[in-house]
Amino acid sequence: MPEAAAPGAADGKWEPVIGLEVHVQLSTASKIFCGCSTAYGAPPNTQVCPICLGYPGALPVLNAGAVELAARAALALGCEIHPRSIFARKHYFYPDLPKGYQISQYDRPLATGGKLAIRLDDGSAKTIRITRVHLEEDAGKSTHAVEGTRVDFNRCGTPLIEIVSEPDLASPREAFLYLSALKRALEYLEVSDCNMEEGSLRCDANVSLRSRGAARLGTKTEVKNVNSFRYVEAALAFEIERQAGILERGEAVVHETLLWDSARGEARPMRSKELSHDYRYFPEPDLEPLALEPGRLSAIRDALPESPGARADRFVAQYGLPAYDAAVLTATRPLADWFEAAAAAFADAKEVSNWVMGEVLRLANERGEAVTLAPAPRPLAPAALAGLLALKAAGTISGSAAKEVLAAMVETGKDAAEIIRERGLEQVSDSAALSAEIDAVIAAHPDEVAAFRGGKQGLIGFFVGQVMKRTGGQANPQLVNQLLREKLAGQEG
Amino acid sequence: MSSRRPRPAAALASAVRAGETTAASAVDAALERAREIEHLHAFLSLREAAAREEAAEIDRRIAAGAGASLPLAGVPVAVKDNIAVAGGPTTCGSRLLEPYVSPFDATAIARLREAGAIVIGKTNLDEFAMGSSTENSAFGTSRNPHDPTRVPGGSSGGSVAAVAAGCVPVALGSETGGSVRQPAAFCGAVGVKPTYGRVSRYGLVAFGSSLDQIGTVGATVEDAALLLSVVGGSDPHDATSAPVPVGDLASGLDEAAIAGTRIGWPAEYFGEGLDPAILAACESAREALANAGAEIVEVSLPHSPYGIAVYYTVAIAEASSNLARYDGVRYGLRVGDGDLSSMYLKTRAAFGAELKRRIMLGTYVLSAGYYEAFYGKGTAVRARIRGDFDHAFADVDALLCPTTPTPAFPIGEKADDPLAMYLNDIYTVSANLAGIPALSLPWGRTPARADRPALPIGIQLMGPDFSERRLFELARFLERQAPGPDA
Amino acid sequence: MSVSSDDVRHIARLARLELTDEEVERFRRELSTILDYVEQLETLDAGSAAEPPHPDQPLRPDAVEAWGDVAALHEAAPDFHDGYFRVPRVIE
Repeated sequence: MPEAAAPGAADGKWEPVIGLEVHVQLSTASKIFCGCSTAYGAPPNTQVCPICLGYPGALPVLNAGAVELAARAALALGCEIHPRSIFARKHYFYPDLPKGYQISQYDRPLATGGKLAIRLDDGSAKTIRITRVHLEEDAGKSTHAVEGTRVDFNRCGTPLIEIVSEPDLASPREAFLYLSALKRALEYLEVSDCNMEEGSLRCDANVSLRSRGAARLGTKTEVKNVNSFRYVEAALAFEIERQAGILERGEAVVHETLLWDSARGEARPMRSKELSHDYRYFPEPDLEPLALEPGRLSAIRDALPESPGARADRFVAQYGLPAYDAAVLTATRPLADWFEAAAAAFADAKEVSNWVMGEVLRLANERGEAVTLAPAPRPLAPAALAGLLALKAAGTISGSAAKEVLAAMVETGKDAAEIIRERGLEQVSDSAALSAEIDAVIAAHPDEVAAFRGGKQGLIGFFVGQVMKRTGGQANPQLVNQLLREKLAGQEG
Repeated sequence: MSSRRPRPAAALASAVRAGETTAASAVDAALERAREIEHLHAFLSLREAAAREEAAEIDRRIAAGAGASLPLAGVPVAVKDNIAVAGGPTTCGSRLLEPYVSPFDATAIARLREAGAIVIGKTNLDEFAMGSSTENSAFGTSRNPHDPTRVPGGSSGGSVAAVAAGCVPVALGSETGGSVRQPAAFCGAVGVKPTYGRVSRYGLVAFGSSLDQIGTVGATVEDAALLLSVVGGSDPHDATSAPVPVGDLASGLDEAAIAGTRIGWPAEYFGEGLDPAILAACESAREALANAGAEIVEVSLPHSPYGIAVYYTVAIAEASSNLARYDGVRYGLRVGDGDLSSMYLKTRAAFGAELKRRIMLGTYVLSAGYYEAFYGKGTAVRARIRGDFDHAFADVDALLCPTTPTPAFPIGEKADDPLAMYLNDIYTVSANLAGIPALSLPWGRTPARADRPALPIGIQLMGPDFSERRLFELARFLERQAPGPDA
Repeated sequence: MSVSSDDVRHIARLARLELTDEEVERFRRELSTILDYVEQLETLDAGSAAEPPHPDQPLRPDAVEAWGDVAALHEAAPDFHDGYFRVPRVIE
């Protein structure tokens, strides 16, 4: 399916050019320059100290864990890591920026030149280039009200990496796919929990339009405050349409920053007293250059987990799964791990895949547990699913009974055998017992038997249904079907 | 000025440890003397209650036999008010921090406490350490103990005055562009700037972060050295502190051999503008060294003339950045309601004129379009200045030169001419830019004239990185040769 | 080097300093004088210095060390209320 032309973009006359700047909070225990906790959800201003509050005489000392996670992310994104990178001060005044400057990186960042592959809706692959990855500290959180602004500094000093893409994204949909792929990649690396609602992943977009086929880029605008995945496409679509309208009128797009307002579904320009920011960058004198020697980088590279893409490919090759299944099962690392553990205990990988994608995920979503499947009193173990599937394969229970059993396992934490026993769900697979029931049904419906033998093969369903009714649903339907055909074929009139 | 002086720190600590005297009596004497010299305005605040409590605790520990681990047992110390002492003011001589109480000790202070020393008060300084006379304090200037109509120098004027006036044997100051050495020269004390990274900056309110160091002041070389050996050493709280052990800087200084030492005489430091009495002092010190068998070598530091210009780009740029945090949001002074913008402006209006000037200059230097020409160029020339010293120290062990071009000037004389004020630092600034250690020691006085009384002279020694021990040995030798204060 | 009054006002805005007209003129003169002095650096061919040797960046382990007396940090604030630092409203 081809990419939809930008809305209002006059039959694809205008080509969107989008680049994303993504800020990701690293999942360290402590802040980047001090020992305060980074745990989410604490009461305001309880995870603070003189360093992250910018007190007189305080000094930053860099967190080794932040460096490790940043390097891991940059390596996994295929970047070139620079053996020495420099921190820089970025100056501006704002109540949630205690020192009046943010410690970031400027012209000597940690890493440059990476890429991320995304799969478009039509199945084709596209490579998005990554300009740079650098380390910096987060600011506090301001809440504005008419009477004043309140600031919580718990977040201030949380380590961030900023990942900047080249303007390679050609539509809001591609931007969404890029963000999803980036989130998945970073989750796999256990570098961040990438939760946009909690603010551990934030995205600013740069958008411009140019005539389709033109080489020069148009004037770009920046859209900020897009704080949920589902708003990314909407915000970008809005801005593209707004710019298209301006260009269609023969006017020029103004380079400005807009804030996305999700309640109103629109992006409004930020008015600021300064015409532009002069961040007055200079090298941070309180920190030495960050050195990452090759030995350390090799160790980090060797310890990188399998990337989501590589894992999906392996699922296809190793388990013979279709690409679709592989994509769903590798959506998150815990899910992929869970699937493989189950597949290790039950030979039919496709069957496992069907059940994981189907019933298991459905139950988890219902319980709001996503894919961790950790219901109380104890989580559903992959081996437990394998055991259930083995019982189904052996014919001990029917497929529909198995669904009921699984739901009960998740609900009660009991094992399959116990639930089957309790609820009397064992299906009858004894041919002799079933034969009797089948004979009874055949005897009771001579007209339908004649019609079936006369060619109405569809009536097999009727007969199966009758046998199931007589056995209270406990007959093994596949066996019933097979025996019915044999008897219906074998007997004369 | 009273000629009563406290016992030198080394001797006092020894006596306290031996039970010959008490920490309490040492503190009492210092506090009494502090009151006597109130007219010099050396102190901004005194820690009477806390100091007495701490002294009592030291005396208890000595009585319990713990004396051996307290190299500065009972020694009263004055601390410049830009160094954090927990629980009390750290005003930095500024209205912006007038209400501020530090919640933590600077590492240097923690080490002083561990060594048994007692901080008796915080001393006056040019606002945020920016100045060369202490006249830029928001709380009034300090006065030179030798002539109270003159400045004590700056920015550590209060700390040096407290030592020179015989209130405390030792004090902590800070250096960014000569702020310990210059007042030491003006007041006739020993003032030391350590190698950059030698003393932790944690708790030193930042001015020029790539130059700042806490410095020590003493009436004697041995005391200044002892204090440095206590406060120095690497600190995990300061990423720029050097992982080099401090070592023993103070004992056995008298036994060091002078013969065979190579002493550099930097040509560029002996040109125009140098007071003849100060030149004579340097020459006489040179002769004393030569007579003891040292070899005097003419050296050149060709980029010396650019030190001030480099300082006023690089250091001032860093300073303007370090002052951005004083915005009235989280601590210190806040002025005004209205809106946020007005709060920032009205709060920061409380900076003194020199601060505003430096903030303006520093912001300009870093602003778009000017960064390369000023900060970029300044950094490159700074590297050249460092290169000059590296080259010289490949040939000599230390450099001998003046500390200041003139002796202490009258209060108010340079107030309207910022550039003239800045040029005071011409002999001191290069050591800060290069990061090397340097000290000033007293060498007699200028001759009394009709227009000017006899005033202290300071001569300066500079050495390669981490050569403080050698500098103290040379300084101790010179201290024994120096003309007395009445010569 | 000549600094204009507009330059001075722009810099003052960046640095959040409020200046009277008299101060603007005084700083304009003083900055010009100082920058003139500093301009002598321009004549120097400082070249591109090779990056000076730096010690390795000392790192701290990723371990939580909570600050003992957080309440004191709240009390030090000019306006702290209900768990938050407060400032007058930001006008965008």
